Amino acid sequence: MHAGQYLFLETRAVKPSHDVLLVGGGGAGLRAAIAIAETNPRLRVAVVSKVYPMRSHTVSAEGGAAGVIAADDSLDEHCYDTISGGDWLSDQDAVESFVREAPQELTRLEHWGCPWNRQADGRIAVRPFGGMTKQRTWFAADKTGFHMLHTLFQTSLKYTSVVRYDEWFVTKLLVDEGRVCGIVAIELMSGRIETITAGAVILCTGGCGRVFPFTTNAAIKTGDGMALAYRAGAPLKDMEFIQYHPTGLPFTGILITEAARSEGGYLINKDGYRYLQDYNLGKPEPKPVFRTMELGPRDRLSQAFVKELQKGRTIDTPYGPMVHLDLRHLGETLIDAKLPFVRELCQKYQNLDPVTELIPVRPVVHYMMGGIHTDIDGATPLPGLYAAGEAACVSINGANRLGSNSLPELLVFGARAGRAAAEYASTAPDPKSSIGVQGKEEEERLETQFRRKRTAGERIAAIRDVMQKTMEESAGIYRSGESLGRGAAALRALQERSAGVVIEDQSRTFNTERVAAIELSFMLDVAETMINAALRREESRGAHQRTDFPARDDERFLKHTLVYRNPDGSCRVDYSPVTITRWPPAERVYGGGAKR
Amino acid sequence: MDVARYRPEESEDVTFDRFEVPYPKEWVVLDGLNYVKDQLDGTVSYRWSCRMGVCGSCGMTVNGEPKLTCATFLADYAPGPVRVEPLRNFPVIRDLVVEIGDFMRKLASVKPWIIRGEEKPVSAGEYLQTPDELDAYKQYSMCINCMLCYSACPIYGLEPTFIGPAAIALAQRYNLDSRDEGTEERLDILSQHEGIWGCTFVGECTEVCPKHVDPAGAIQRYKLTASMAWLKSFVVPRGAGRKEEAAGAEQ
Repeated sequence: MHAGQYLFLETRAVKPSHDVLLVGGGGAGLRAAIAIAETNPRLRVAVVSKVYPMRSHTVSAEGGAAGVIAADDSLDEHCYDTISGGDWLSDQDAVESFVREAPQELTRLEHWGCPWNRQADGRIAVRPFGGMTKQRTWFAADKTGFHMLHTLFQTSLKYTSVVRYDEWFVTKLLVDEGRVCGIVAIELMSGRIETITAGAVILCTGGCGRVFPFTTNAAIKTGDGMALAYRAGAPLKDMEFIQYHPTGLPFTGILITEAARSEGGYLINKDGYRYLQDYNLGKPEPKPVFRTMELGPRDRLSQAFVKELQKGRTIDTPYGPMVHLDLRHLGETLIDAKLPFVRELCQKYQNLDPVTELIPVRPVVHYMMGGIHTDIDGATPLPGLYAAGEAACVSINGANRLGSNSLPELLVFGARAGRAAAEYASTAPDPKSSIGVQGKEEEERLETQFRRKRTAGERIAAIRDVMQKTMEESAGIYRSGESLGRGAAALRALQERSAGVVIEDQSRTFNTERVAAIELSFMLDVAETMINAALRREESRGAHQRTDFPARDDERFLKHTLVYRNPDGSCRVDYSPVTITRWPPAERVYGGGAKR
Repeated sequence: MDVARYRPEESEDVTFDRFEVPYPKEWVVLDGLNYVKDQLDGTVSYRWSCRMGVCGSCGMTVNGEPKLTCATFLADYAPGPVRVEPLRNFPVIRDLVVEIGDFMRKLASVKPWIIRGEEKPVSAGEYLQTPDELDAYKQYSMCINCMLCYSACPIYGLEPTFIGPAAIALAQRYNLDSRDEGTEERLDILSQHEGIWGCTFVGECTEVCPKHVDPAGAIQRYKLTASMAWLKSFVVPRGAGRKEEAAGAEQ
C-alpha cells in the first residue's frame, strides 16, 4: 500500500511552473512573449535569458528591416529577391508568409514606438539594401536592431503575465518520452540550479558566430539553443551555410553596415579600383543600382574578396589583408543623418573619420542561415519545443540571407512561434512529476563537473582558440572535402580534450568560468554539425562554396541538410525536401542581367 | 592592471589583484580583462557582450571614472597600473559585477511604452511622424541602460529612492513622442519621487553618458513640465492639457 502510494506520487502530473517558457530575451523571444500575452493573458509566460534582455545581440543589428511598403514594390518581388538570394534553398511557402507578414509586423513595432526614420510627410522612409530590387528596408538610422530591441523590451514591461528570469543560464532541456516540458538553469547571481517546468519551450537564443575567430557576433553568441535542441533530439538544419558579411573592421570584427553601401559607398582594392565589376556583379555606376556591384548579395561579395586576395590586390595590415570601403564622396551631412553609428564606430574603434578617410574592411562571420529545424509556425519535430529567430531554420534564408531580412524574420516567426506554443501549451498534458529526476541528475552533473578544482589540463580559452582556428581553416568562405575532413577530426579530438579543462572557480556567486566552460561545450557540438553538414554537401550553393565541387547541383542537393545527434555524440546526417511554390530553380543573376 | 576583487563566499573585504597585461594601441580595458580571464586567472568575474558600445553590459569604474570598458583604451592609461572597479552606487555581487535590479524596477515604473487612449489597427498603417517630431525625442531614445549615469549621480548615491537619470530620460523619451498620450500618467508616477527635486543640475550624468543622451537636460525639462502641470492644475482641470504639457517644457 505504502509502496503503491509512493509510486503514484512519483509519476503523478504536476502543474508546470509556466505555460510557455522562452529561452532568450532578444527580438524573437520578446516578440514571442508579447504574442503569447496578447493571445491569452491568462497564460503564464517566462522569459529566461543569460543576460538582461536589453543586452541581447539583436541590439547590434544596424542597417534595417525589410518589408514591402513603397508604392512601386510588390510582395512577389520581395519573395523573388529572397529566394534567388538564398540560391533556391529557401522554402517558398515560408518565404511567402514571411514577406506578407513582415510589413504588418514592422507597422506594429511602429505603433509600439520604434523610432523609424521618416519621409518629410511623416510616412515611413525606406532605403535600398543588398540583393533587393526595390527600396524596402525600414531603418532607425543605423541602429535599427538597438531601437527594435529596446522598443520590444520596454513594451514587454506592460504585460504583467510575462515574468523574467534575468541572468539565468539554461544548461538542459527536460524531455519526457520525446516531449519537451521544461529546462534546467543556473541563476548566475546565486549559483542556484533549478528545474523549471513548462507546457512549451521556445528557443530564441540567436546564432553562434563565436564558433569562429573573427565575427561580428557578441560574446554571448555561443549557439546555446541550437546545442540544447540538438542534445534533446531535434535536428539542426542547413548548418553548413554560414554568412560572412563583407565589411567588418579589422581586429574587433565590428560590423560596418551594408547600409553604408546602399547609401552609396564603394568597395575598392589597393589600387582604388571598384573590383566587384570583375566578379559578374555588373558595371560600376556613381550611384547605387539595385542588385548590382556593392548592392550584390553578401555571399558573392565575400567570395570576391577572397579572389582579390588571391590576385594580390588587397591591402596588407597587421590584422591581415583588407580592402577599403570608401564613403568620402557621400559627405558629412548624409553620413551623420543616415550612418551616424558607422562614423561613431570608426572614430571610436578605428581612430579614423569616414568623412575624410577610407575604412579598412574584410569579410567577417556574421550570421547562421541554419539552425533548429522548424516548420512555418516555429514547431520543431519534438512536441513542446519551438524555435524562432537566428536560432531557428524555417527556412526563409536558404543558402544565403539577404541583408535586412533577419530583423523582420524574428518578428514574424517570433510571433508565429509564440501563438503556436500558446495554443499547444493550453492543451498539453501536465508534465509528470518524475521529470524532477532529470533535473536532479543535471544538477548533480553540474556539481561534480564544476565543484572540483582542476588545475592540470588546458585552459578554456586555449581549446576555444583551437576550435575557432579549426573552423576558419576548414569551413571558411571556401571549403573542400579535404579541409572539412581535417576539421571533423580536429573537432572530435577537441571534444575529448574539453572534458578536462582547467576549472579554477569553485564559487557559486556569478561564476562566469562555469558558464564559459558550458558555452564551449555547446559551441563544439554546433561546430561539429556545421562540418559534418558541409562535408556531405558536394556542391556549391550560396554561402557554401566547395572548391572541389564548384557548381550548384540541384539534382543531388536541392534539399535541406538535417543533422541529428547520435547517442555517442557523433552526427547523423539526413535530408528533407525544399518546398518550391512559384519560383522554380533558376540561375542567380546580379548586375543588371536577365531577372526572371 | 589593478582589478577589484570581491568574493562574498570567502570574505567581506574588497581587495585588489594586480595583473600584467599587454596594451597594443587597439586594446581596450575590456581586452585587458579578457586577457586576464583567459590566460591568468579564470575566477575574475565581469559582464561583457557586444564590444561595440551598444549592449550596455561592460560599465565599470576605471581610474575612478564610470566608463564603458569596451570603449576605453588601455594605452590611454599607460604605463599603468590602471585601476578597474565595479560601478559605484550599486550593490556589488562579485568582483566587477553589480546588481541593477533597482534600475530595472524603476524603468518599468515610469511606463516606458506608448500609451494611447485609442489604438488604431495595424491594417490602418503607421502613425505619421515628421522628421522634426522624431527629433523631439530621438536623443532620449538612445539610452543603452549602461548605468554610468547612476554611477556618476551624486543624488542617487545619497538618496537611493531617486528614480535616476536614465529612467527619467526614458520617461521623457515617451512624453515627447508625438504618438504618445501618457504624459499625465507618467507625471503622476514621477512626481511621487521626491528625489528629483534634489537634482541640482550638476550634470555628471550627462558628462559620463557614452551616447550623448543628456539625462540632465531631460530632468530639467521634466521639472519644468511638472511645475507647469502643477500650476495648470489650479487653472484647468487635469486631463485637459496632455501633450502640450510635455511640449511646453521645450520652449
